[in-house]
Amino acid sequence: MLFSLCFLLFVIGLYCVLVKKNMVKIVLGIVIMEYAVNVFLIMLGYRIGGEAPILTAGDVSAGVVSDSFLSTSVDPLPQALVLTAIVISLGTLALMISICVRVYEKYGTFDITQIRRLKG
Amino acid sequence: MKGMTIIVKTVSSWIKILIFLFGIYITLFGHLTPGGGFAGGVILACSYVLLMLAFGRECAEENLSGRLASKLDSAGALLFIGVALCGFFYGGASFFYNFINQRWLAGKETAFELVSAGTIPLSNLAICLKVGASLFMILLMLSAFRSETTDQTKG
Amino acid sequence: MLTFWEFYVFMIFIIIASIIAVETKNLLSAVICISAAGFGGSLLFLFLKAPDIAITQVVVEVLALVILIRATIARDKTFVSEEREFFGLVVSIVILCVIFLAGIKAFDAMPQFGQPAFVVHSGPSPTASQDYLKGGLKETGAANIVSSVILDYRAYDTLGEATVLFTSIVGAAVILRRQSKKETE
Repeated sequence: MLFSLCFLLFVIGLYCVLVKKNMVKIVLGIVIMEYAVNVFLIMLGYRIGGEAPILTAGDVSAGVVSDSFLSTSVDPLPQALVLTAIVISLGTLALMISICVRVYEKYGTFDITQIRRLKG
Repeated sequence: MKGMTIIVKTVSSWIKILIFLFGIYITLFGHLTPGGGFAGGVILACSYVLLMLAFGRECAEENLSGRLASKLDSAGALLFIGVALCGFFYGGASFFYNFINQRWLAGKETAFELVSAGTIPLSNLAICLKVGASLFMILLMLSAFRSETTDQTKG
Repeated sequence: MLTFWEFYVFMIFIIIASIIAVETKNLLSAVICISAAGFGGSLLFLFLKAPDIAITQVVVEVLALVILIRATIARDKTFVSEEREFFGLVVSIVILCVIFLAGIKAFDAMPQFGQPAFVVHSGPSPTASQDYLKGGLKETGAANIVSSVILDYRAYDTLGEATVLFTSIVGAAVILRRQSKKETE
């Protein structure tokens, strides 16, 4: 059920990209899709009653990790993937917004139908 | 681009130092507590963005110009690749080999200390430098672009 | 199902915020609603026991808000006339409903929420996550297992990420560059 809610968020972002005519709204749709994917990946690694995958002094005894940590820790691998994905989404947002700003300077509007008509 | 009122300027001149310190803390302790290079770099960029929003773009540009930011960005990327290539020379094994941990700290019990975990703090520093400098540079160029277009349309 | 009520609350908050951001006509309200959705996502990450991700999401959210407001606040013509073709809209909505229903079918094959794959796995060799959790402190010396994954076990992914970030920033810088003769005026 929670996975279906994540997918619903993704479909909302996809609707915004397909249907809207304002360029900045299309960029917001892409941002919504990125949020949905990140939340979905973290939800895949969650374990009921789990703890964060960070060792404290009480979890280690003579260089060996205790069993209680291994049995209650959440999955660290999706968290590593999502960490880089969040920073990449900031870089692509900067690129998309710089394109929008340039197009506004040349055509005077954010509307994508107007941009098709004014050639050059 | 103009700055803000005198209250905002006074408060932000105190707060930006704390934000900078927090970013450095998150980066340096990235192998012990949550955080790491990415979050620390973005927090460092946020402190300079606060300077730019409160005092105006010219003051931020005097503090850290666009050219210096792009040089720091490239330096961070080169440091990251340099740390990775050292794995070839010292371990003989592969790219990104954690040579400091496997060879020099091998027998010692250095868990939970600041100087531990081999090449991981160096990589954290490189990533922090890279991410912070590049994000600040792009915000500087975005606000420089905006001020030039509004001057043209109004003037 | 009601045992995960806090996750449901946050997900419904994010969905409502993004629906408002998609449908409102004022661009500034849309940007602020997206920011609220991102902040709700960060709280959700905190409840899903991922503190690294929560810190990163909050500060990236703040910078994204500054970038988006820079782009929209000084532009006069942000209202766009919404004269949409009815047939195109209906076809889009039908296709999206089909995608949604097909996607929900795919979730039956995935592991149930709360029991990730590395717990249910019952084979002879351990999964990658079990290896990282057991040997993380000994092989890398870092107490934060996520840091040891991104900077030691999977450092190639971090190199790829640094390259992608570098390329996108260089691309944005090239697009926003003014010609030199305008700078000297």
